[in-house]
Amino acid sequence: MGKQDRDFKAVGTRPLRPDGVEKVTGRAKFGADLSAPGMLVGRFLRSPHAHARIRSIDTSKAAALPGVKAVVTGDSFDITKVSSGNHDTLANVMARDKALYEGHAVAAIAAISVSIARKALKLIEVDYEVLPHVTDVDEAMAADAPLLHENMFTANLTPKPTKPSNIANFYEFGHGDIEAGFAKADVIIERSFKTAATHQGYIEPHACLANMTQDGQGELWCCTQGHFMVRNVCADLMGMEISKLRVTASEIGGGFGGKTTVFIDPVALMLSKLAGKPVKIVMSREEVFKASGPTSSTSMRIKIGATNDGRLTACEGEFNYQGGAYADSPVQFGAMSAFACYDLEHVKTVGYDVAANRPKNVAYRAPGAPMAAFAVESVMAEMADRLGLDQLEFRLKNAATEGTRSSYGPTYNSVGLTETIKAAQSHDHYSAPLGANQGRGIASGFWFNFGGQTAVSLNVQEDGTVNVTVGTPDIGGSRASMGLMVAEELGIEYDNIRCIIADTSSLGYNDVTDGSRTTFSSGLALINAAKDAKAKMCARAARIWDIPAEAVEWKDGCVQPAGANAGEFEPMSFAEIAANADNTGGPIAGHHEINASGAGVSFGTHMVDVEVDPDTGYVKILRYTVVQDAGKAVHPAYVEGQYQGGAVQGIGWALNEEYIYGEDGRLQNAGFLDYRMPVASDLPMIDTVIVEVPNPGHPYGVRGVGETSIVPPMAAIANAVSQAAGVRMTELPMSPPRVLKAMDDAKGG
Amino acid sequence: MRFEAPTSLNAAIELLENEAGVVRILAGGTDVLVQLRSGQVEPDLIVDIKRIEAMQTITEEDGGFRIGAAVCGAELGGHAGVCKLWPGVVEAVELIGSTQVQGRATMVGNLCNASPAADSVPAMVAAGATARVTGPEGSRDIPVEKIATGPGQTSLGRAELVESVYLPARGVHSSDAYLRFIPRTEMDIAVVGAGISIEMDGNGICTHARVALGAVGPRVMLVEDAATALIGTSIDEAALEALAQAASSAATPIDDKRGTVDFRIKVAGVLARRAAIIAVQRSRVD
Ligand SMILES: Cc1cc2nc3c(=O)[nH]c(=O)nc-3n(C[C@H](O)[C@H](O)[C@H](O)COP(=O)(O)OP(=O)(O)OC[C@H]3O[C@@H](n4cnc5c(N)ncnc54)[C@H](O)[C@@H]3O)c2cc1C
Repeated sequence: MGKQDRDFKAVGTRPLRPDGVEKVTGRAKFGADLSAPGMLVGRFLRSPHAHARIRSIDTSKAAALPGVKAVVTGDSFDITKVSSGNHDTLANVMARDKALYEGHAVAAIAAISVSIARKALKLIEVDYEVLPHVTDVDEAMAADAPLLHENMFTANLTPKPTKPSNIANFYEFGHGDIEAGFAKADVIIERSFKTAATHQGYIEPHACLANMTQDGQGELWCCTQGHFMVRNVCADLMGMEISKLRVTASEIGGGFGGKTTVFIDPVALMLSKLAGKPVKIVMSREEVFKASGPTSSTSMRIKIGATNDGRLTACEGEFNYQGGAYADSPVQFGAMSAFACYDLEHVKTVGYDVAANRPKNVAYRAPGAPMAAFAVESVMAEMADRLGLDQLEFRLKNAATEGTRSSYGPTYNSVGLTETIKAAQSHDHYSAPLGANQGRGIASGFWFNFGGQTAVSLNVQEDGTVNVTVGTPDIGGSRASMGLMVAEELGIEYDNIRCIIADTSSLGYNDVTDGSRTTFSSGLALINAAKDAKAKMCARAARIWDIPAEAVEWKDGCVQPAGANAGEFEPMSFAEIAANADNTGGPIAGHHEINASGAGVSFGTHMVDVEVDPDTGYVKILRYTVVQDAGKAVHPAYVEGQYQGGAVQGIGWALNEEYIYGEDGRLQNAGFLDYRMPVASDLPMIDTVIVEVPNPGHPYGVRGVGETSIVPPMAAIANAVSQAAGVRMTELPMSPPRVLKAMDDAKGG
Repeated sequence: MRFEAPTSLNAAIELLENEAGVVRILAGGTDVLVQLRSGQVEPDLIVDIKRIEAMQTITEEDGGFRIGAAVCGAELGGHAGVCKLWPGVVEAVELIGSTQVQGRATMVGNLCNASPAADSVPAMVAAGATARVTGPEGSRDIPVEKIATGPGQTSLGRAELVESVYLPARGVHSSDAYLRFIPRTEMDIAVVGAGISIEMDGNGICTHARVALGAVGPRVMLVEDAATALIGTSIDEAALEALAQAASSAATPIDDKRGTVDFRIKVAGVLARRAAIIAVQRSRVD
């Protein structure tokens, strides 16, 4: 399927990952695996109320308990010194005047043992004035809803609102004239949808070890997707100079976007500062559910018009996303991406970012896009059925291609949506027969991908091996991909390259590992760093041969004279030049710093077969195929892993995962027993097809692949379930009670 | 917190009797440890009963089997005699947790934890199992459905424990089955459970039946109307329909995070019917 002429040697192979042995033997060090002499344990006191004013906090009894070494509350941080962009983060890390959700941290303790810490927490007296709460997005938008923030006036609205509300932001995207577009339609379908909030569900709870010394310097070890971000935010909250805080990223047991902010780290640093000792904090699973950052619950309305022959004439969408206590929903991305798959003359989307008494939202894999795709692709499927068109043909007919003006503004360059649809059409899954109570669902999806700030370095050692240093935590096998790209560029063996994630004092600023950016951006930077090193090695060889630097060239992993006039010299290998480094000018290294652009969007098309138990509403996933454009798959096994992982998380989101709140505004299922992620036996093998339409913005054509794969699943599954159940499912999760009720209602009505 | 692992039943009872504070008996610990870690209980004394040899054994008794309180799921599942006589009870026990959990979890622990959703309990109730309760005053045998009195509550007196469970003998054309509904395929808690035990005569007519439902009330319930629907019939379509109706009308579930009232009521009937079909098939194979 490759369109690229270039012949790759290393890129596209499937070697073992450098972190594999440590991980399978249990020796890899995750967030909770580090200890320090004299270390204290940190524990949080959290609000039992969904919404309450904190009248006072009395920590005196707790502080007096023997073995307690430090107590922190919101007042421990000097908000006047914190930049305004981090005020919400600070208020979320430690509640100030109000607790805005059940589980909101109100105090923390450092003690010499867990049992003392537990006892001390019980001695803290908090005087709460319980306030009315709201957790549902539609209710939070109502005019008479309990107000979370008196100073929240919807931004971007004209005229500017005069009254505060829970709606933090308004967004609008699109082009053309949708009314004119709908006027041209032969068929118009309009539907409303709801989705429940879900959690990224990473297996490793947040954990860190903080060590502040009396001279104001600090070290922090933590599991995060971006330790440079952690450093900058923590330094700001602590009132420290950035260079005085060194943050090291541990191995990470999953993040999926959820580890792109801070929760416990600043508190551990503050406790350590006050206690004068290292402090370790490890969240419990319950804390992870209640007080880290799940994604939005949503309420959406979609209207699509098409002609009888299957051309879309207009698309409209309204997206209301609940973004937690501080309205951090990804609704903007939802509204931008919703119709990004299609070539549209008339399109309009609006989005509302809504605050509610739930944990502060954090990114979750393709933030905002999966819910929007669920709504849009459900209506697309219904439209294809209504028009009597084949699902894939209908999508192909309207697919965005190179030159399409996207629904969110920019015009696409080379993109691979049609290629994924065609690959799906020719896949044997698409024509396989279905049995009774079974259905097949199709959906396409889109993600932007991202580049961002990146700094890398590459050191050539005297034995011809290479150390590579990047600042983007490896959450999906990226160290292997880095090694492959460097091997490709330098023409040396993959096994001679070792890639590590350096701490924040060893490299320039690196943006977080998110936006599917790491293989793209750190890879791009490393290719340039390798070029830098090669240029230096050419100069070294020229120097040995005593000819001008321009008279040598790099070929097949060696330096050789550029032409007959340059002189007669045997080519010098990479290893030979490396071995002679000390006589030719000292260590050889390559560097590159960039704010990368040109990430290249990625599209995918998914197919899924399900069977619905007509008597219980239970949905079984029978077969699942992911087709996605990778641009160029650097390490195909890890690309496939990303495709499969996205599909599996989507299956959980579609079928059973949800944040369930009681009347009291408390989370009812803060554990993996009742927050039902799929287990291995729930899943078939997820089939994958890698399509490669090179990204012109990357020297090897790489596109990010980590996020697109979670965009189509809920829609694809909803389409399959709706077909099997004989009724359109418009609400997630499609848990058995909901499916059974929909079937019974459909029979009754 | 004190931890004791006595090697005799009497020593265990003495320990229980002499502790004034909060006590927890520990069998497999797959409930107790979870409760400890979450801070749900803070016992002063834990009495581990796994070192008591008599509690580790399965013995044949009057054509039935006596199962010691410390026998774990894996051992029960490996016992050919019990598997043959009470396949429904064994399949219910084997649904508990995973391979790892099976190496620890006991049927008696499942019973004494008194969860309305406990998987082995409806199967045991359907089987007409009895629990031998032993304490300072001696021993008594009571039907297993009399152990739980409500969620997490039992009828056991102070310093009493369940020593064993007895699964009785049964006729030739008889069998049992247990089904639960969970939204996933494993590692989940029953939203509804149904255990059915039947006995047929030589002409294929049901002479005896017991039907028990889990997770549709504050404790596992024995549903006599559901049994009546089967007795005297060949367990044909009409009987199955009557069974499902009776099971659904007996269910008194609540709406919670695991399922709605309507869902549980309907699925109670669906599972009862499906379990009956399996039990009938098994009774024919014998
Ligand atoms: C991962 C996991 C999965 C699980 N899955 C299931 C499942 O699918 N279905 C299900 O029903 N359960 C499940 N459970 C719950 C648990 O495993 C079962 O209830 C199990 O049968 C308990 O047995 P145990 O021997 O481990 O009990 P323990 O934890 O040792 O004890 C349970 C309770 O019974 C009391 N007790 C134990 N023995 C006696 C005795 N002889 N006399 C009086 N009181 C006693 C204890 O004090 C305690 O209150 C699961 C648990 C885990 C951790």
